[in-house]
Amino acid sequence: MEAPKPKLKLAVYWGAACGGCCVSVLDVHEKLFDVVASADFEFWPIAMDIKYKDIEEMADDHLDITLFNGAIRNSENEHMAKLLRKKSRLLVAYGSCSHLGGIPGLANFSNRDEIFRRVYEESESTVNPEKTRPLSEFSVREGLLEIPEFYNDVRSLSQVTDVDYYIPGCPPQTDRLLEVFSAIAGGSGLPPKGSVIGAGKRAQCDECVRKKTENKKIKKFYRPWEITDDGESCFLEQGVICMGPATREGCGYRCIKGNAPCRGCYGPTPGVTDPGTKMMSAIASIIDEKEPDDISRVVDDIVDPAGLFYRFSLPVSLIRRKL
Amino acid sequence: MTRRITIDPITRLEGHGKIEIFLDEDGEVDNVYFQVPELRGFEKFCEGRPVEELPSIVAKICGVCPGCHHMASGKAVDAVFGVEPTPTAKKLRELFYMAHFVHSHTAHFYALAAPDFVLGPDAPASKRNILGVIEKVGKEIGTEVIRQRRLAQEIQALLGGHQTFVVMNVPGGVRRGLTVRERDDIVEKAKGFVKFAQFSLDLFQNVVLGNKDYTDIILNGPYSLKLHSMGLVDENNKVNFYDGKVRVVDTEGKELYKYSPVDYLDYVAEHVEPWTYLKFPYLKKIGWKGFTEGQTSGVYQATPLSRLNASDGMATPLAQKEYERMYSVLGTKPVHATLAMHWARLIELLYSAERCLELAWDNEITGKELQAQLGRITGEGVGIVEAQRGTLTHHYFTDSRGIVTRVNLIVGTTNNHAAISMSIKKAAKGLIRKGAEVTQGTLNMIEMAFRAYDPCFSCATHSLPGQMPMVLEVRDANGELAQRVVRS
Repeated sequence: MEAPKPKLKLAVYWGAACGGCCVSVLDVHEKLFDVVASADFEFWPIAMDIKYKDIEEMADDHLDITLFNGAIRNSENEHMAKLLRKKSRLLVAYGSCSHLGGIPGLANFSNRDEIFRRVYEESESTVNPEKTRPLSEFSVREGLLEIPEFYNDVRSLSQVTDVDYYIPGCPPQTDRLLEVFSAIAGGSGLPPKGSVIGAGKRAQCDECVRKKTENKKIKKFYRPWEITDDGESCFLEQGVICMGPATREGCGYRCIKGNAPCRGCYGPTPGVTDPGTKMMSAIASIIDEKEPDDISRVVDDIVDPAGLFYRFSLPVSLIRRKL
Repeated sequence: MTRRITIDPITRLEGHGKIEIFLDEDGEVDNVYFQVPELRGFEKFCEGRPVEELPSIVAKICGVCPGCHHMASGKAVDAVFGVEPTPTAKKLRELFYMAHFVHSHTAHFYALAAPDFVLGPDAPASKRNILGVIEKVGKEIGTEVIRQRRLAQEIQALLGGHQTFVVMNVPGGVRRGLTVRERDDIVEKAKGFVKFAQFSLDLFQNVVLGNKDYTDIILNGPYSLKLHSMGLVDENNKVNFYDGKVRVVDTEGKELYKYSPVDYLDYVAEHVEPWTYLKFPYLKKIGWKGFTEGQTSGVYQATPLSRLNASDGMATPLAQKEYERMYSVLGTKPVHATLAMHWARLIELLYSAERCLELAWDNEITGKELQAQLGRITGEGVGIVEAQRGTLTHHYFTDSRGIVTRVNLIVGTTNNHAAISMSIKKAAKGLIRKGAEVTQGTLNMIEMAFRAYDPCFSCATHSLPGQMPMVLEVRDANGELAQRVVRS
């Protein structure tokens, strides 16, 4: 008889995140008892007493898997990303923020000074005539108070350290996480380093639950509230921008099932590095105009294309950040 | 010798929280700083986006209460388009929102609060978590807790499209309606929620109120804070989470203000300190008077307890009975005992469950009119709802095409930033005494002061072991480690 497999040593950590990825781990619901049976949570700050110092004391590669969610927004996020890299056999970028920069990555359309000015000076409810701003070190009567340094821009996990795998999604579908777990726990062959796991290999559109025709042709794009969604047809064919063509499948069409167009949280399809470029070519192929002026009129209907095409991926895109 | 204690819970609001406790030469608490060391800057990066995209973008402020941001945002966007949602759409939004409250309040009570009360604040730390609670009350009940949370989440996924990041709201309405069969299913689930909420109140009654040690903790000790109370009320001054006016009562229970969302800037302002990324809201007409309590302070609370304090009752019958019972047992209104927030939260759980059932029964809930005709773009909108963790305000400005030019947010837990800091300081002062050893129990008792707020930096603590990670370091004047306590 085979000896029971040793339990996996697992860590979950967040950078600049919202907690949704941690909630997605919790959303195994009643299967939680199964997960706890095959893995020991060695470090999960929402849940456990382990401190940074305890992580520093761990031997290198002590952890089997670290699921790192959240983007790199400040000095603490970066420090922890590098530390956990050292301590983990497999470092997995878990969720859109860690994978691509995510929604917090939209901050790269501005910089630290603009964000601070808006939040601490110009905000309608803020009363701050002295223009006080948070400082990473500040001396009070009793001693020195420290907080992490807020960086000028947001980076994805792989932009600060070496990453083994990516599990995409905002947040990742819990079912897919369970699949990945059993694959790793069962020791079945892992894909090459750098792979996206826990997601499909095709575009959203390939399996979309909405009806589509082969021959998409659009003369005008609409904002969602300018038309009445028929609840059945492809959004693009109705003239509403949907990120489906440029987005990897695997989410379970959760937004589409809620009658909302895709916004691309599962990241680009395999082989595509820049989702915006891919989306532009998808759009170009469905515009039903020949003359350059007409084409540009149709394209002009798309408001905020950068904020839409790079909704979850600005930090890893070709644009990357405001200069 | 000046000593310094660092409690670093590595946990979240927009990130992680940290507490610095400074002791004076006698070893008594001199001062306490509660720091929030992170910022993401949604206010800035929402600029330039089409306003109809905001309900989905701002939901990502918090993965634990995304529905609250989605609702406040949806209301602000309605206002930008000069439209009121159709009656069916409004009820569907509120139905979703009640399921969101059932889900969140259940998780908070059982995973986060119950360990202190069911097992006791001095129970071994390894037992003081949801698994310990399950062990004590039985696996059946534990499984039931997980099941009820899942059922509430299924309602959210059905109405909201996405199990976490709801995509329900469009200007003037919702994206998806309910079939009769789906409605019938929600009715069954909601009946279960009502029973479950009653069960939870009974549990609280027996385990907590039946134990004199606990009632002493709830009512006395260093856990009371005299501040003004804020909450959203309906036209009868009953608690409402989705809609109404914001009412503020003073420390004696007298109404100070009752304002419409659009007027919030006349009543609330925010103060900035250089040692934390989070701002400190206060009552503008009183002004920022620092971290002081009492009638003359500008600091207020926006919590389940303050919502009950700021109202004249609950709009559903069973919750109203529990409301009356709480004030009658505690013998005073408003109640300022921090830990009574847990009791108030369970009364709100019962209200959410009853309201969920009421809305599911409502004939209009399966209506087909899901989106109202939009008006002209007004260029500005304010939306206020009660988030589980406090009054939530979203304020948007747009250009004539509805492209966002400015965003202002006052988020649930932020309201309580000053109050939480003060509660921690008061608990620390009451519990850390000259010459006395700082124990695991001390740590937990300090932690209980802010856990009561269900602050969003503990949002994530809505999870399995339900425990804030903590290390407490006592250092001497040279920074040398004198004592280190790790919860293990």
